[in-house]
Amino acid sequence: MEPYEYLEHTADVKFRAHGASPEEMFENAALAMLNAMVETSSVRERETWKMDLAAEDLEQLLYNWLSELLYLSEVESVVFSSFRVDLSQGEGTWSLKARIGGEKIDLARHAFENEVKAVTLHQFQIKRDEFWTAQVVLDV
Amino acid sequence: MLNKVDECIYEVPIDHQEGMRVPGRIFISEGLLELVEEGTIDQVANVATLPGIAKYSMAMPDVHLGYGFPIGGVAAFREDDGVISPGGVGFDINCGVRMLRTDLFTEDVYPLITNLVEDLFHDIPSGVGATGRLRISDNELDQVFTQGADWAVEAGYGVEADLVHCEEMGSMEGADSGQVSLKARKRGRPQLGTLGSGNHFLEIQRVDKIFDSDLAKQFGLFEDQITVMIHCGSRGAGHQICTDHLQILNKAVRKYGIDIPDKQLACAPLGTPEANNYFGAMAAAANYAWANRQIITHWTREVFHRYFGDADLDLVYDVAHNVAKIEEHDLDGSREKLYVHRKGATRAFGPGRPEVPAAYRDVGQPVLIPGSMGTYSYVLCGQAGSMDLTFGSACHGAGRVMSRTRAKKTYVGAEVKAALAKRGIKVMATHPKMLAEEAPEVYKPSNEVVDVVHNLGIAAKVAQLQPLGVSKG
Repeated sequence: MEPYEYLEHTADVKFRAHGASPEEMFENAALAMLNAMVETSSVRERETWKMDLAAEDLEQLLYNWLSELLYLSEVESVVFSSFRVDLSQGEGTWSLKARIGGEKIDLARHAFENEVKAVTLHQFQIKRDEFWTAQVVLDV
Repeated sequence: MLNKVDECIYEVPIDHQEGMRVPGRIFISEGLLELVEEGTIDQVANVATLPGIAKYSMAMPDVHLGYGFPIGGVAAFREDDGVISPGGVGFDINCGVRMLRTDLFTEDVYPLITNLVEDLFHDIPSGVGATGRLRISDNELDQVFTQGADWAVEAGYGVEADLVHCEEMGSMEGADSGQVSLKARKRGRPQLGTLGSGNHFLEIQRVDKIFDSDLAKQFGLFEDQITVMIHCGSRGAGHQICTDHLQILNKAVRKYGIDIPDKQLACAPLGTPEANNYFGAMAAAANYAWANRQIITHWTREVFHRYFGDADLDLVYDVAHNVAKIEEHDLDGSREKLYVHRKGATRAFGPGRPEVPAAYRDVGQPVLIPGSMGTYSYVLCGQAGSMDLTFGSACHGAGRVMSRTRAKKTYVGAEVKAALAKRGIKVMATHPKMLAEEAPEVYKPSNEVVDVVHNLGIAAKVAQLQPLGVSKG
């Protein structure tokens, strides 16, 4: 199982992120999105952030998770390279607790690929068969 | 399977996909149609399933694969049974183009092109993570959302004449800053007065060819004249506003029992609180974008005045190409209020419309079609034919044919830059990779795209603009 793969899309970035568990899929989806922005191998883990989110279902939670990461990246001028996600399911709700590692943007060291404008809901889906798969299209 | 209806008009039949309420119409030449992917046609069909759609789900000749609507998609929805959808507007709300005309000739400006591009690149922040030179208060940001370019001119960034020559006078009615989240404000505040990244640019151009001298005169254009084109949008503010409301509308779809084939087409019936709130927020983002282009205009003038003391840089026009607007159109013999969504399409109103500035009302509005980096841009004039054919809409650019990923594998930024330099085009960009993904070859030929709208009587070709210097994110 590859952590994620990029698919062909004329104008935007489309990827599928996989995981043996939904947590791992969330982590890999974040990595795939960040890698579309910047070479994550050039990003050091100098700071950590915490995130708490809740949503009605897993798809909405994944959308929130990725959108919140974009927001955090933009307002704090930071990029991330590591993600640790915990999920829990309650009645009619899914919650996420995450620990995110990264650092301030340094244009001398970080090679930017794309400015990711947003996470779209186009063909957005989570599938579970052999393992968990999330399909996401980013507006770039 | 598409049916050819007429020269450059193709129909996506109503049975192409289950749930289509109207057929699709793609306005395109045979040659350009070959470049259209199956997925794009499916996106045209998806839009046709939305409630209250009038006439057809339409696509302009630069149509290509998007998310939700195709890029180049146009759809109008009836007020009484229609919807509004962020899928038909996009995240970069009121991404658009404005054009300035100078009283300078190429021979005066070209020897200084390197200085000009370097100064523009330096003075107008661009690229990933760029923040503006402006420091505005929360109260001022509120006024940006409610007043748009009007606020910018009031604050000293421009003149009254700029507003007169701007779609919506640079300030869309119905903006509701109460629908702009704290997050959108936090993203928007530091970014006002920035160009952004990707395909956004600021370009110094030369009027290379005049197709129609009467219309050119009306727009104040002449051969060998220096012009400036600015292409950018609502930055993080718009992106966040769309992200926020997309989630709300996704719930509205369930609440109102609307079947949508793609989640990005989330929408709400017109008149519901969810629809009103999205419209108010979208208009606020549109105003932010007009203020943004207005501020950039002011700084562009400052750079030119450094070299050419009293040069005129008058606004020809400013067009939005990602927006939903309330317009009146003829429908089945009566006049109807419609919510026209243009996703990567330009309004192209013909003569007589009150929305068109008085200076152009007798002939039709200027339609600004940017080319890709290094290729010609075009100025057209909206024609009467567009009103009936496309709800007064035209193409918005050349249209991508190659993905960014493949472009970066195929081209090297430095080589693209060198190739352009060989043709006398000075380019500056924050990230060389951005040049590779915007290489001229990744777009359809812009001349073929504008020929289609010209030949269909949607908009008439007025002038061809050749790039001389480009500043990119």
